[in-house]
Amino acid sequence: MTAPVRTLLVWCPDWPVIAAEIVDGVPASTPVAVLHANRVVACSEAARAEGVRRGLRKREAQSRCPQLTTVDHDPGRDARAFEPVVAAVEEIAAGVEVVRPGACALAARGPARYFGGEERAAEQIIEQVAQTCAVESQIGIADGVFAAGMAARAGQIVEPGATPRFLAGLPVGALGRPTLTDLLRRLGVRTLGDFAALPAADVLSRFGFDAALAHRLAAGRDHRPLAARRPPVDLDVTDTYDEPIDRVDVAAFAARSLAERLHDTLARYGLACTRLGIEAVTAHGQELHRVWRHDGLLTAAAIADRVRWQLDGWLSGQGRVRPGGAGRVMPPRPTSGIIRLRLIPDGVLAHVGLQPGLWGETGEERERAHRALSRVQGILGPESVVTPVLGGGRSPGDQVRLVPWGDERVPTRPGAQDGDNGRAVPPWPGRLPAPAPALVLPTPLPAAVYDVAGELVAVTARLEVSAAPARIAVGSQALVEIVGWAGPWPVDERWWAPAESRRRARFQVSLADGTALLLSLAAGQWSVEAIYD
Amino acid sequence: MAGRMVVGATALSAVAAGLVRPASEPDPAGAHRVLPVLPELSGLLPNRGLRRGSTVAVASGRPARGGGSSLVLALLAEASRSGSWCAVVGVPTFGAVAAADVGIALDRLALVPHPGPEWATVVAALIDGVDVVVVAVPPALTASVATRLAARARQRGSVLVPYGPWEGADVTLQVMRGMWEGLGQGRGRLRRREVTISARGRGAAARPKEVKVWMPGDGATRAVTATGRPPATTGSPLVPTRSGPAARRAALTLVGRSAS
Repeated sequence: MTAPVRTLLVWCPDWPVIAAEIVDGVPASTPVAVLHANRVVACSEAARAEGVRRGLRKREAQSRCPQLTTVDHDPGRDARAFEPVVAAVEEIAAGVEVVRPGACALAARGPARYFGGEERAAEQIIEQVAQTCAVESQIGIADGVFAAGMAARAGQIVEPGATPRFLAGLPVGALGRPTLTDLLRRLGVRTLGDFAALPAADVLSRFGFDAALAHRLAAGRDHRPLAARRPPVDLDVTDTYDEPIDRVDVAAFAARSLAERLHDTLARYGLACTRLGIEAVTAHGQELHRVWRHDGLLTAAAIADRVRWQLDGWLSGQGRVRPGGAGRVMPPRPTSGIIRLRLIPDGVLAHVGLQPGLWGETGEERERAHRALSRVQGILGPESVVTPVLGGGRSPGDQVRLVPWGDERVPTRPGAQDGDNGRAVPPWPGRLPAPAPALVLPTPLPAAVYDVAGELVAVTARLEVSAAPARIAVGSQALVEIVGWAGPWPVDERWWAPAESRRRARFQVSLADGTALLLSLAAGQWSVEAIYD
Repeated sequence: MAGRMVVGATALSAVAAGLVRPASEPDPAGAHRVLPVLPELSGLLPNRGLRRGSTVAVASGRPARGGGSSLVLALLAEASRSGSWCAVVGVPTFGAVAAADVGIALDRLALVPHPGPEWATVVAALIDGVDVVVVAVPPALTASVATRLAARARQRGSVLVPYGPWEGADVTLQVMRGMWEGLGQGRGRLRRREVTISARGRGAAARPKEVKVWMPGDGATRAVTATGRPPATTGSPLVPTRSGPAARRAALTLVGRSAS
């Protein structure tokens, strides 16, 4: 059996408190306690000086230190804040394993050889972490991760081979197994040395597997190898040009070679990307970034095409606002040539080969249509080409969601339309019967409905119509006679959410000129929702 | 062994006779040049369908108000169902539920609601790749742009369906009259509409034709009577009769046809 790996462990004391300072800006120099389930998980140095300890109840901690700031425990926040620290360590040493947020371990041999001694390596790493992340850390070096963790708390370097002796002096509580620790204390086993002295077979038979593992740790026989994390590979490809590119076809040509490089990189890692970000930067610092979606792997030619469309759209964009689009302004026309092109693969997944349809559904026609639609997206912007998805809802407008071409087709609300696949779907009582209107107005047109006497038709709270509708004026057009009508059909939607609640009565009317309308009356205002064209 | 030989020989001769074709091929010889339309409308079009490369305009406005949008949807329905890709440009009020009811496959339908000032570029790009392109004709359309787009459609083999005034279309369809049924004074609901569609055009379509159809139709009334009056419907008037694919297929029903 090989000896335990010589391990260097970087430990940041009171990490949850430090993380709260980094992420939420709670100053860690004041008394701070991080609580989980009403118990103190970690506290700052100032709080510890006032007598706050781990495991205390919130009220007890506050009674010992009245000015205590309490923060809720958030493992996600801790992990997020620790990421830069790990990155800083990775910059000067390879093969880092994150033990938990606040502690990371690495094999000591490499850095020790490189920096000329374990002590020098430890100093370098502490310096690096302090300079890049402004975080205090301690380092322990020992044989095995467990012993290194213990050494880091004391901030010491345990000589090779001296680990069992170092561990022997520690209390059994260091194992971090409260029930086992409690049992051992009651049996009179108080230090790790006492525990390690017990016969291994007896520990296994009396206390079980977990205790046998703890026994090995206590004896300094920690053989678990480090599970070093692999830093995420940098897949972006960038090219800078000394001579600014001011023609689209030249840029497309440059993009082609860039795309080939991207393909090589992706293929080397066996990956494919479903989205591709293309970024162009001009000599004057203007930037155009757009993300393109695709089902399969974009070929080098397809990437070059997209670069051309994107730049084409940019060159003819001229900073206008598209009518009806959500106020999206095209970036202004660039004032100088492009000096940098960058391809950023996104939505990366393992490339397992593309599965084409059996009967050619995903064949040539589909490719052709996708190309044409992507081209239009290149001219007008990705969200200007949409495809409708049917969902549930009570009005023809609610049932449709327009998703940008290439996005996932998910309806807003589950609907009665896709009830074939066995899922329970809401029935949407009160939705309009077929036939559906062929024209649905995105914003209802105001209208006025009059009875024979020329009075505005109203509906009471008990859904009684004041008089039969006889004439209608849509917008500012002339009055038209109503030949048939039905209603009121009440709709009272989302009354539990005041901001979105809608209460209206709907009518179907057919007019003398042969058209039919879907009208709605809400708060005394008539409007045309849809036209049966 | 001998049996297998015989089967193999039969299959070979069948291939030679053109009886066997790959399942991915939609139609036998020549038909791929014509996209199918609903049988009720096929009589109006010169090739009994949408011939690739042709321009089939749908006129809006006079003499009847309305009906044009439904006619466009009906025109696309059968082609979309049989696997063609469709795009609709410049119709922000597109009724997707009605489209699905007629039988249009929404996952092969793209909408460009606001093409903006680059209308002609967008339409040209779509003609390159999409089988049927419906365009709402913008008010300031010059004849030269229209000719160019029609020529592009002819070259690329797509069907251009302008919705609005369009000079020089192969066929122009127009809704002459439309009358809704099912709505009384304070009761009932819209059920279906009897629509008279006329077609006029150039060449083979020069003789004007007229046809009466239900558009949208009522799933419960599939039978067509000689007088054009359907039998009385059964069932409660307020219950939606949309009950599945059978009801959807019958969104359009032929009433009568007259050639004048």
